Amino acid sequence: MLRGRDILTVLDLSREDFEEVFRAADEMLRLGEKRLEILRGRIMATAFFEPSTRTRLSFQTAMIRLGGEVIDLGEVDKSSIAKGENLSDTIRMLDSYADIIVIRHRLEGAAKLAAEIAENPVINAGDGSRNHPTQALIDLYTIKHFQGRIDGLTIGVLGDLKYGRATNSFIAALTKFKIEKIYLISPPQLKVREETKELLIEKGIEFEEVEKLEEVVEELDVLYASRIQKERFPDPSEYELVRGSYVITPESLKNAKDNLIILHPLPRVDEIDFRVDSLPYAKYFDQARFGVPVRMALLKLILVG
Amino acid sequence: MSKKELILRKIKDGTIIDHIPAGQALNLLKLMGITGREGFTVALVMNVESKKLGKKDIIKVEGLELKPEDTDKVALIAPMATINVVRNYEVVEKRKAVPPKIVEGVLKCRNPNCITNKPNEPIKSRFRTICVNPPKLICEYCNYVMTYEDIVKQLISEK
Repeated sequence: MLRGRDILTVLDLSREDFEEVFRAADEMLRLGEKRLEILRGRIMATAFFEPSTRTRLSFQTAMIRLGGEVIDLGEVDKSSIAKGENLSDTIRMLDSYADIIVIRHRLEGAAKLAAEIAENPVINAGDGSRNHPTQALIDLYTIKHFQGRIDGLTIGVLGDLKYGRATNSFIAALTKFKIEKIYLISPPQLKVREETKELLIEKGIEFEEVEKLEEVVEELDVLYASRIQKERFPDPSEYELVRGSYVITPESLKNAKDNLIILHPLPRVDEIDFRVDSLPYAKYFDQARFGVPVRMALLKLILVG
Repeated sequence: MSKKELILRKIKDGTIIDHIPAGQALNLLKLMGITGREGFTVALVMNVESKKLGKKDIIKVEGLELKPEDTDKVALIAPMATINVVRNYEVVEKRKAVPPKIVEGVLKCRNPNCITNKPNEPIKSRFRTICVNPPKLICEYCNYVMTYEDIVKQLISEK
């Protein structure tokens, strides 16, 4: 049951919670682009202290489709934050205006603090470098949609496994299912953190760290790609050196299974060659599209059950 | 005075901390704010045989009563130590220094990107104890894991 709950990290969600969201998202997808009345009279506040396009817009679209209304904190440098208002006071104010708060913040734990202050439910739309639970719900929904299941799949996660909040949340979410094997594909500098490995070991999920996609591509049912950011490398020449090895091209996929699907939380820069877009593997635009029905499902389940 | 007398001599009023992990007595004195210039009579033994710990340290301080609120801090440096409060040659209180399940407001999270380090927010740091001995804490906000070394370093650098 998700009614009235905060969504702060995927680890707070049970497998049943995931499945409840998937079922509701299927229903939302079936209803298409109709304007619904389910959340009529409800208000959602979006407070993005960090830039976001997809997440903010898909949350707002989801609320509007459900018949609810949206208020937005606006750009932080133009709002009262610029005058030095702290996060706690901002949240207290939003909590008195809206029925649910969606927050994104640079600092880790900001959503938890917001949830402690607000009486209404808080959804974490990304804080720090670890948590982005709604993205993980969308990622897993996309896998379920195209593969029909999540259990028993072999999944490769490629790119920045250290600082990427989407990859971290994705891997944590996978631990709720019976994954056959996870391949962690990254340059040595951006390997997954120790605590993530500990989590995988604790949950009994088989995983292997590799440096090249080509070594494992033929085994994968899902390839989750993410952006390698230049600023993560102290030495720009090091970045140039590794970058090429993590670009997905039709050539790097030549041994892929027919049923492989490629996901990416987007935005992408150049980590997926545009020629891949027309291959049947490419599902990242569907994944972005599912952002709306999955978030509709979540808002509905939290606000009215 | 023989070594044994130093350890065994009774104190009139003060605190005896026994079963300190070997090598942590000086850190504990620092935590208690004892530099030696305060005038308290202090007896300190390090690396003596212990049935329970193999080796241990012991501290005796004459004239200073460890406040109950400092027990948690002592526990974070010397988990499972025994604190004896002595008044008029009698042990009037015996406390076991067990790290609390939740450590609130005592330590600063080492993650610079943790919300608890943001100035101007009404928020206290809060850690959950994931290992008692040696103490290991996890930040309830950002999940950063504070090791025993992190904890000791921070507690004594505050002084």
